[in-house]
Amino acid sequence: MFRWLQHFPHFLEILYDLFEVSLEPLKKWFKPDGSTEPFVIAVEKLGKGAVFNCQMCGQCILHSTGMTCPMNCPKHLRNGPCGGVRQNGHCEVKPEMRCVWVEAYSRSLKMPKYGHQFASLQPPMNNQLKGSSSWINMFHNIDTKLPEGWENTRDIPVNFIKEGQDD
Amino acid sequence: MTNEIKAPCSRLEEILRAGHFAVTAELNPPDSADPEDVYRAARVLAEVCDGINAVDASGANCHISSVAMCALLTRAGYEPVYQVTCRDRNRIAIQGDMLGAAAMGVLNVLCLTGDDVTAGDQPEAKRVFDFDSIQLLRTARMMRDEGVFLSGRKITTPPCFFLGAAANPFAPPHDWRPQRLAKKIAAGAQFIQTQYCFDIARFKEYMERVTDLGLDKQAFILAGVGPLKSAGAAEFMRSKVPGVVIPDNIVDRLKKTPKERQQEEGKKICIELIQQIREIDGVAGIHIMAYRQEELVADIVNQAGLLPRPI
Repeated sequence: MFRWLQHFPHFLEILYDLFEVSLEPLKKWFKPDGSTEPFVIAVEKLGKGAVFNCQMCGQCILHSTGMTCPMNCPKHLRNGPCGGVRQNGHCEVKPEMRCVWVEAYSRSLKMPKYGHQFASLQPPMNNQLKGSSSWINMFHNIDTKLPEGWENTRDIPVNFIKEGQDD
Repeated sequence: MTNEIKAPCSRLEEILRAGHFAVTAELNPPDSADPEDVYRAARVLAEVCDGINAVDASGANCHISSVAMCALLTRAGYEPVYQVTCRDRNRIAIQGDMLGAAAMGVLNVLCLTGDDVTAGDQPEAKRVFDFDSIQLLRTARMMRDEGVFLSGRKITTPPCFFLGAAANPFAPPHDWRPQRLAKKIAAGAQFIQTQYCFDIARFKEYMERVTDLGLDKQAFILAGVGPLKSAGAAEFMRSKVPGVVIPDNIVDRLKKTPKERQQEEGKKICIELIQQIREIDGVAGIHIMAYRQEELVADIVNQAGLLPRPI
């Protein structure tokens, strides 16, 4: 397995950028409902599954969450940890597992490019995209399409302040 | 605070805006279809509190629903704080319930993630978590300020909510907790009720950071407190209740007290904690969580010197 790669979030963010650029010329092959979709899904599942234990939510925000898949949080939280995190940094629901968000936070601190996105406000999940390819959804702006009410609500931006290592 | 007060305004909001040190308390939902069971607990709390929190299936255990409890409370002229968790209902149910609560006169809403189903008496249940607490907060703010549902469909008469959120200053990642508070405030929180504050030293550290960030000026922060029933109860809470931290010195103090006087000692500790919390910069009030000891709340508020309450 390749989970150990997650201990190198800075390397992963560089890889993330490279990956996005290298996929660009292949864009025409990444079609929703096209004949290529099952193949893309299989590749994405295999690759991201091995490294991130990807749950195929179809709306990937890995670079905003310290290259840590938030869908491994039993509560599927997308905006940070709940109040139940144990003192040893483990999960309230699965005591044997490190809290996804404790990991995500400490990894974000090591990511010069995307680390600050840890503070960004994540919209509610689009449950229709579960099981689809987030790569296809990204290329066709399917994952950024938000409910009208959510989209039109005004916000105050929140800054991410880096404050040393924790837990 | 940036938002103007809109009529009708919540009494809790008025009290906080007037600069009074606010007191809220938790009403644990009974397992009964008799409204008198809700009123009996509400009566003792209402005399000494500015708001009564109607808990949404406390600890993921099945009880009378919080929205129904709020309806009973507003009907009798009490000031409920409607607790909404993301655990049991999806976004359609939550938006509908919030609008329904508003129609029944509910003005204060506390938006929570919620304990996991595995913490309760029916761990086999399906967990929902269609929203997280921050998405829930922003949706409630959207319903109030933009007057629409998530889909963008118009709400004829939008709700007038005073929106709240929870904070746990004691859970990892500690460094980031003040920033999580900032995120909740940006999403719409106007008041905050914290987890039990037994570790005053750590709470002070947290509040220092919070005031540095100016967050105490953007939302009213109510510190959570509560009486410990016994040394055993304290041990249980800190080992079994998610997110509760109780320092050894408090547990030891209870252990050294004879069993029959432990409840009295627990109450004394609670009063002392309130007095220490009042001295901390940026704290706007307290939130008393006296699980199955509601009858002690009046005494606690009185002995902590917080009576009479402003009207």
